[in-house]
Amino acid sequence: MAKVWVVVEAKEGQIKKVTYEMIGLASQLGEVEAVVVGSGVKDLAPGLGAYGVGKVYVVDQPELAEYTTARYTRVLAELIGQEQPAKVLIANTAQGRDFAPRVAQRLGLGQISDVTGYEQGQFVRPIYSGKALAQAEAVAAQAIITVRPNVFNAVSAGAGTAEVVERTVALQPNDLLEVVREVAKQVSVRPELTEANIICSGGRGLKEPANFKLIEDLADVLGAAVGASRAAVDAGWRHHSFQVGQTGKTVSPQVYFAIGISGAIQHLAGMGSSKVIVAINKDPEANIFKVADYGIVGDLFEVVPVLTEELRKALA
Amino acid sequence: MNIVVLIKQTFDTEAKIAIKEGKIVADGVTQIINPYDEFALEEALRIKEKSGGDVLVVSAGGEKVKEALRSALAMGADRALLVETEGAAVDEGIVASALAKAISGLSYNLVLSGWKAIDDNSAQVGGRVAETLGLPQVNVVTQLTIEDGKALAVREVEGGTETVEVPLPALITAQRGLNEPRYPNMRGIMQAKKKELKVVTLSELGVSGAPQVAVKNVVLPPAKQAGKLFRDDVATSVAQLVQALRNEAKVI
Ligand SMILES: Cc1cc2nc3c(=O)[nH]c(=O)nc-3n(C[C@H](O)[C@H](O)[C@H](O)COP(=O)(O)OP(=O)(O)OC[C@H]3O[C@@H](n4cnc5c(N)ncnc54)[C@H](O)[C@@H]3O)c2cc1C
Ligand SMILES: Cc1cc2nc3c(=O)[nH]c(=O)nc-3n(C[C@H](O)[C@H](O)[C@H](O)COP(=O)(O)OP(=O)(O)OC[C@H]3O[C@@H](n4cnc5c(N)ncnc54)[C@H](O)[C@@H]3O)c2cc1C
Repeated sequence: MAKVWVVVEAKEGQIKKVTYEMIGLASQLGEVEAVVVGSGVKDLAPGLGAYGVGKVYVVDQPELAEYTTARYTRVLAELIGQEQPAKVLIANTAQGRDFAPRVAQRLGLGQISDVTGYEQGQFVRPIYSGKALAQAEAVAAQAIITVRPNVFNAVSAGAGTAEVVERTVALQPNDLLEVVREVAKQVSVRPELTEANIICSGGRGLKEPANFKLIEDLADVLGAAVGASRAAVDAGWRHHSFQVGQTGKTVSPQVYFAIGISGAIQHLAGMGSSKVIVAINKDPEANIFKVADYGIVGDLFEVVPVLTEELRKALA
Repeated sequence: MNIVVLIKQTFDTEAKIAIKEGKIVADGVTQIINPYDEFALEEALRIKEKSGGDVLVVSAGGEKVKEALRSALAMGADRALLVETEGAAVDEGIVASALAKAISGLSYNLVLSGWKAIDDNSAQVGGRVAETLGLPQVNVVTQLTIEDGKALAVREVEGGTETVEVPLPALITAQRGLNEPRYPNMRGIMQAKKKELKVVTLSELGVSGAPQVAVKNVVLPPAKQAGKLFRDDVATSVAQLVQALRNEAKVI
């Protein structure tokens, strides 16, 4: 059976959920093996066996403590060159989408990006901001696939431990040109937009920045992330890193609340693949209702506080 | 400071998508410069305004792409280069190899591109060009400072930012937040007509090869079923919504 690699993404010693989603996809494609890269990450490897991974390649070196493009590219390109897996699955995250194309170009490989489905041997990926879906396949046996987080079902743990193979990769002087000067974390207790199960987004309908409190209160009851339309960002109510849409984040949570957002095509581009869309808008003709699974036609200043209260009770 | 900006022509963000025989129909669709590439170009123009130099815009595509290059010249770029791919089957690897080849002989300090094209959405070309040219890269950048032969770039990552320093020449991909692109003015539009726009073909560049990725079909996403609208008084509507989310959609 073809070997299919999953490049494990971990943060602060924790394997990210997208890794288990990729293992799910990989198991449809062949025999699953994994790669763990970093510093002090060796311990993450054996446990992957419980998720159906047979073998884990580990590259654990102090120089890999911080992510840099060149170092990860070196490590992945070397390992792929040595072991020749058929497909290499990489998360379509800030990190994954950074090194994947460089590895592909170094090895002369095709890459299918931002995959959201696999049907009858074809990888499905949204193009034109989700207005169309391309069905693509790799021409050569070997290819890189980047996988959109939050879309594939994560595999759940069973029993078993993986065979662990440790490797060392010699970094070249050119790999050390990048220096990470600063890593700034958003001081937020809320989940990150692209990883959140639930997102509550506000738009121009909120009228002024202070009213974002309504969205935050709702989000906190649900353990949700907060998002915003471009109108809200352009008005300066929210930093642009909160923007959802064509020129913002692409998200696919379980539930997306669009509150005081009209549903412009560029906004839909970023959240159209959400599983359940809830809209709250006073205009029954608003475009957002065309894509919403559930909607309340009403004044958000009346509806949202009541909704927050009801959910608080329901979830208590 | 010589700067190369990679720009792709894409469908207008409002464009409706029609599909014929498994392919997107481009006839009659308004085309624009990919929005992320506008951020890249604007940044190049600002750097030039501060420290002098030359801004070259490069695009791969068919004859129609000249319109996008003219718009870029109207915004203030000095020169343009079209890598003519009319009719050729190209994937990200070939496009990137061609772009890299086209600029490899030039003297440049910085290459700027968008982080992704809003049409084909693969977010590959920047990284692939950097790899071919052997340049360090910083991806998805929202803040850029060029100083002492170095680029200091703030890039977006999940839940925060990273500030990365790389020596020049380097490739930087632009994200929204980097700047607000200018509109071309009348004077710019007039001047653009007189600026240099060279054309080079794939065969002149010596770039060939078959795509590694085959797009077998393009389809419209499945239509969404009409949703449920609650329009009673607030209390009733909210109760109905909560009930639906819990018991029907089972997501809360
Ligand atoms: C190149 C380009 C890229 C873009 N990228 C993005 C992007 O990434 N993301 C994005 O979001 N947009 C993007 N846009 C902008 C987009 O076209 C819209 O302008 C924007 O999404 C509108 O934001 P909004 O829905 O908050 O505001 P509006 O369209 O003004 O809608 C406000 C809504 O609030 C409702 N409302 C008002 N008051 C109340 C109330 N009291 N109670 C309930 N409802 C109320 C109104 O009925 C209305 O539907 C882009 C545009 C372009 C040209
Ligand atoms: C006629 C035609 C045939 C095609 N056939 C195939 C095929 O057979 N197989 C296949 O896989 N794909 C095919 N494609 C799609 C093609 O591979 C992509 O358009 C191209 O590879 C760029 O990828 P992207 O648009 O996703 O750019 P991204 O990688 O998302 O772009 C990132 C950045 O790179 C720069 N950039 C991207 N493209 C260009 C460009 N053309 N010129 C200058 N800068 C650019 C821009 O700055 C952009 O912001 C075809 C496209 C066309 C138009």
